[in-house]
Amino acid sequence: MLQVVCIKQVADTETRVKVAADGRTLDPSGVTWILNPYDEFAVEEALRLKAKLATGEVVAISLGGASVATTLRNALAMGADRALHLRNDTPSPDALAVARALADAIRALAPGIVWFGKSAVDDDGAQVGAMVAELLDLPCVTVVAKFDHQGAIAIVEREIEGGREVVEVALPAVFTTDKGLNEPRYASLKGIMAAKKKPIEERAIDLGAVNLEVEALELPAPRAAGRIIGEGAAAVPELVRVLREEAKVI
Amino acid sequence: MSILVFIEQRGGQVRPVSREALGEATRLAASMGGPVVGVCCADSDSGLASLGEAGADQVLFAQHEAFGTYDGAGYAVAVAEAVRKVSPKAVLFAASAMGKDLAPRVAARLGVGLASDCTAVATEGDKLVARRPVFAGKAFQKVAFPLSPALLSLRPKVFAVAATQVGRNAVVEPLPFTWDASAPRARVTGSTGAKGGRPDLTESEIVVSGGRGLKGPEHFALVEQLADALGATVGASRAVVDAGWRPHGEQVGQTGKVVSPKLYVAVGISGAIQHLAGMSSSRCIVAINKDPEAPIFKVADYGIVGDLFEIVPALTAAVKQLH
Ligand SMILES: Cc1cc2nc3c(=O)[nH]c(=O)nc-3n(C[C@H](O)[C@H](O)[C@H](O)COP(=O)(O)OP(=O)(O)OC[C@H]3O[C@@H](n4cnc5c(N)ncnc54)[C@H](O)[C@@H]3O)c2cc1C
Ligand SMILES: Nc1ncnc2c1ncn2[C@@H]1O[C@H](COP(=O)(O)O)[C@@H](O)[C@H]1O
Repeated sequence: MLQVVCIKQVADTETRVKVAADGRTLDPSGVTWILNPYDEFAVEEALRLKAKLATGEVVAISLGGASVATTLRNALAMGADRALHLRNDTPSPDALAVARALADAIRALAPGIVWFGKSAVDDDGAQVGAMVAELLDLPCVTVVAKFDHQGAIAIVEREIEGGREVVEVALPAVFTTDKGLNEPRYASLKGIMAAKKKPIEERAIDLGAVNLEVEALELPAPRAAGRIIGEGAAAVPELVRVLREEAKVI
Repeated sequence: MSILVFIEQRGGQVRPVSREALGEATRLAASMGGPVVGVCCADSDSGLASLGEAGADQVLFAQHEAFGTYDGAGYAVAVAEAVRKVSPKAVLFAASAMGKDLAPRVAARLGVGLASDCTAVATEGDKLVARRPVFAGKAFQKVAFPLSPALLSLRPKVFAVAATQVGRNAVVEPLPFTWDASAPRARVTGSTGAKGGRPDLTESEIVVSGGRGLKGPEHFALVEQLADALGATVGASRAVVDAGWRPHGEQVGQTGKVVSPKLYVAVGISGAIQHLAGMSSSRCIVAINKDPEAPIFKVADYGIVGDLFEIVPALTAAVKQLH
């Protein structure tokens, strides 16, 4: 079974956000780029399934500018077999435009499973996976926290408010992965060396018209400085008073 | 032009987040004109007319025997059909587990953009704009919709429900749609672990979270007792989740849940940037930490410096005395 893993390169979670000169996107200067943390779970789960089936191929796909090749190399070092770089330099394209480009590339591969992270930690969209599923007309389960492959189907669990839903899915299908699904591996030195010889195909693509327009990227107003009520248990009565009388929250 | 609202139900109960979406829809309808129309997917009508009290003028009822549980593929077909029928200016979803799954499917079907997890919606003339947190709340995007309709999902607990209009009924109308339920699909076959009593983290009015300052899983009883006294839900930092003290579902932050309760109490949590991402939009933040330099105090409205093992039991006792 061929498995596709869609991965996004994002700014490190420690990044202090600065707005670029266009007023709409992140200023990339000084930013460290990482593999989107949720996508690590997707790569890991694909690799585990390939190992369990002892057959098949894992293809990592990423859409973005030149720097994305490093992130694809990460996935190859973790163990993916080959990579496809959909090259487009538009900063933060909208989810539907990305989903359409990914869907076009994925269709030709006829995968058994397409993996996504549940959300990219830059735009926090949580959209692309379900959109691709819809565009490919494939069954889809988002925010998967447990995955069990059983031949032509998979039994998975996803978190909902106050509990979990158990879902039975006919393959081929699309999944988006949540934290807790697995413990992603670190690339081994051997993996890193092997990755250097694995192929990354670069393919220039167009994104079409804009479906959601970002007019501005703004920094939040800083929270008004709070105050230290006091020290130790002696401060508790005053805390309770301000929560009741000032904040009116209890 | 109308505003369409996806009405989310589980087990025949309309979920509170849908009343929040109806509340925002009534405000938009007031400034743009036009009715508020709900669309609900279910296997039977469990009193949808009463959504009139929450602001719906009309409810389209998409009935299917498979809709007793959530079915993303089928729901998407029905909601897209509702859009075709009423040609709304905007479609509102809750950014809940269900809404986050459904809204992008509907967007892809309709070929329009989606603004997810919005914290504010406004009109500029007849243009709709929305504000949504990105980079886990470290910044906000202001977005506009070049295509119609505008699709938005709304962060739970941010938008106010409309004042109840007692006795007002919505007109309930069946929504015909064609969907082949025999095609291969994802089927919900069961659910687990719905812990009774406490609301979900993302929908709770009050959240009490514990961090590594608690020293061990056994001491989380302190956090639970305070949460019980406040009627709150328990959250956790990633450090304690990764250590296996608490389940993943309780993690608050960039790689956990994003919460916006009216009161957030951080107990023994340092306030790393990834944790702040998940809770800094809370209305009131209280921090209890022995280190006066802990970054959590920079976002807290009120703080107590000191040993949580003394402070938390005293706070629990004081809160209990209020009732
Ligand atoms: C990619 C990535 C994603 C991440 N996502 C998240 C996320 O979603 N959520 C998250 O929370 N973190 C996340 N983190 C981790 C984050 O960086 C911090 O490591 C974590 O939040 C620290 O948890 P903590 O505050 O419980 O522990 P610590 O930082 O160890 O803080 C413990 C605090 O307890 C206080 N304390 C100790 N003893 C007492 C006492 N007796 N009384 C009172 N106070 C006491 C200390 O002063 C200290 O401030 C992420 C990190 C990365 C790299
Ligand atoms: N540019 C991209 N290239 C490849 N995969 C992407 C890209 N953008 C998003 N994805 C995938 O879609 C998931 C959800 O992204 P988002 O909808 O942007 O939050 C990510 O976790 C990735 O798996």
